[in-house]
Amino acid sequence: MHEPDGHEHEHEERALPSNLRRDQPLVPVDSVAGRALMAVIAILTFLAALSAGAAVLAARASEQWRGAVANEMTIQIRPDSRRDTQSDVARAVAMAQAVDGIEAVRAVPKAESDKLLEPWLGTGLDLVELPVPRLIVLKLKSNASPDLASFGAALRRELPTAILDDHRLWVRRLSTMASTIILSGTVVVLLVLTAAALAVAFATRGAMAGSRDSVEVLHLVGANDAFIAREFQSRFVRLGLRGGAIGGLAAIVVIALLGWLASSLSAAPEAEQLQALFGAFEIGWSGYAAVILVATVVAAIAGLVSRFTVRHYLRILA
Amino acid sequence: MVRFENVGLRYGMGPEVLKDINFSIAPRSFQYLTGPSGAGKTTLMRLVLMALKPTRGLVNLFGQDVSRLDADTLTAFRRRMGVVFQDFRLLDHLTVYENVALPLRVLGKEETSYRAEVVELLRWVGLGERMHAVPPVLSGGEKQRAAIARALIGRPELLLADEPTGNVDPGLGRRLLRLFMELQSLGTAVVIATHDLTLMELYDAPRLVLADGHLHVDA
Repeated sequence: MHEPDGHEHEHEERALPSNLRRDQPLVPVDSVAGRALMAVIAILTFLAALSAGAAVLAARASEQWRGAVANEMTIQIRPDSRRDTQSDVARAVAMAQAVDGIEAVRAVPKAESDKLLEPWLGTGLDLVELPVPRLIVLKLKSNASPDLASFGAALRRELPTAILDDHRLWVRRLSTMASTIILSGTVVVLLVLTAAALAVAFATRGAMAGSRDSVEVLHLVGANDAFIAREFQSRFVRLGLRGGAIGGLAAIVVIALLGWLASSLSAAPEAEQLQALFGAFEIGWSGYAAVILVATVVAAIAGLVSRFTVRHYLRILA
Repeated sequence: MVRFENVGLRYGMGPEVLKDINFSIAPRSFQYLTGPSGAGKTTLMRLVLMALKPTRGLVNLFGQDVSRLDADTLTAFRRRMGVVFQDFRLLDHLTVYENVALPLRVLGKEETSYRAEVVELLRWVGLGERMHAVPPVLSGGEKQRAAIARALIGRPELLLADEPTGNVDPGLGRRLLRLFMELQSLGTAVVIATHDLTLMELYDAPRLVLADGHLHVDA
């Protein structure tokens, strides 16, 4: 155990075997338990990422609905045998045109509104006999907020058969639905993160109990708690990162696949309905960012929780 | 360096396994710790290593009362001690080289900075050809030497060795004893726990004799 001088040191270095195994993890790597934990983390990340993706999808879709629906209103003129429907329509159109903030007014021609009924009543039916209401579509200027309440009241006063439908109820319902989806998505993400944290905590405890001997040896050769915690933590961060990456990647693949399916089937009537509900079925960059964020948070949680658990366990041992 | 005053230890509510232990270890000293099997030699060593807390009495290490040590000082003190366990306590998933390098690695040193030193020590204890082996494939004597090398690599001020010649043939036992004596001459205080009388006859040194939980010094 002498201190070799520079020359000898060089000689020693040359004589050293070049294939020394170095920096093996100090914590015994139980590959079965490790892989099981990685699988659990991957599955949880996958579920959480899908929920986050769904929440983003719902948020984007509801924005689209609100934008589209809130910019449009309809006036319904119910047929009344005592009144001239045609002149009522013309009167309502004139009144609507006078309102500030309404960009365009279009009375839906009778033929067109009859066509709307075709899917329910079949073709070849003479609808002249049926009291089909007439529709007037109003397009609102964006960013304008016309005084719809007084317009509605004026309309009702003037034309008892007219109803102004500003779609607010519809928008409210859609928003509620979207908020519910977003809220449940967030709750699921939180639940999954908690489950991941618990899984890592139990796995860390198991690993610590299994390597109690190693921990004692490390203590006695002069390792402090921070060093031991780092050793465990780095292992669980690696597991968490790998599990998170696998789960996140799987979620991205599934979301992309669903988007591709939706767009390739867009000719089908079901797809049209889907598209009406979810927009283009694309979560966009923010969605992918949310998925990646979830995976990263899972890995970070794995590291933090294992560190906390190890520190706690070491305090009990001391 | 180490001073025990009226130290007693009991496990739970059981009887005292160590009673009124009084002794001290001076720097650069050499002594045996002996007594029949089960007399408490290993327990006494664990008390010195602060792996156990005494039920009563005063343990003073490097001039400080250990009952008032914080975790950092405890770690710092352990780094000044080397220990050879009776059952070696090598980490089975690490190679001999990694096991021996462990005390330096836990200090956060770079592997390249201690590599030559560890290899040199391994060659010195005759494990130059076995440094890639993992402990489960080593013989008892090889494990013994690996454990000793691990205890020495940090150049401790105090070396505690629990039955360090228990698993080796008499020839190697004598070589190891010479190694310990050389260490002492280099400035390390050495305590060897053993019940091997022939070993103790090879080199005369004060004996701490444990019997029935009591310790007396046989100078």
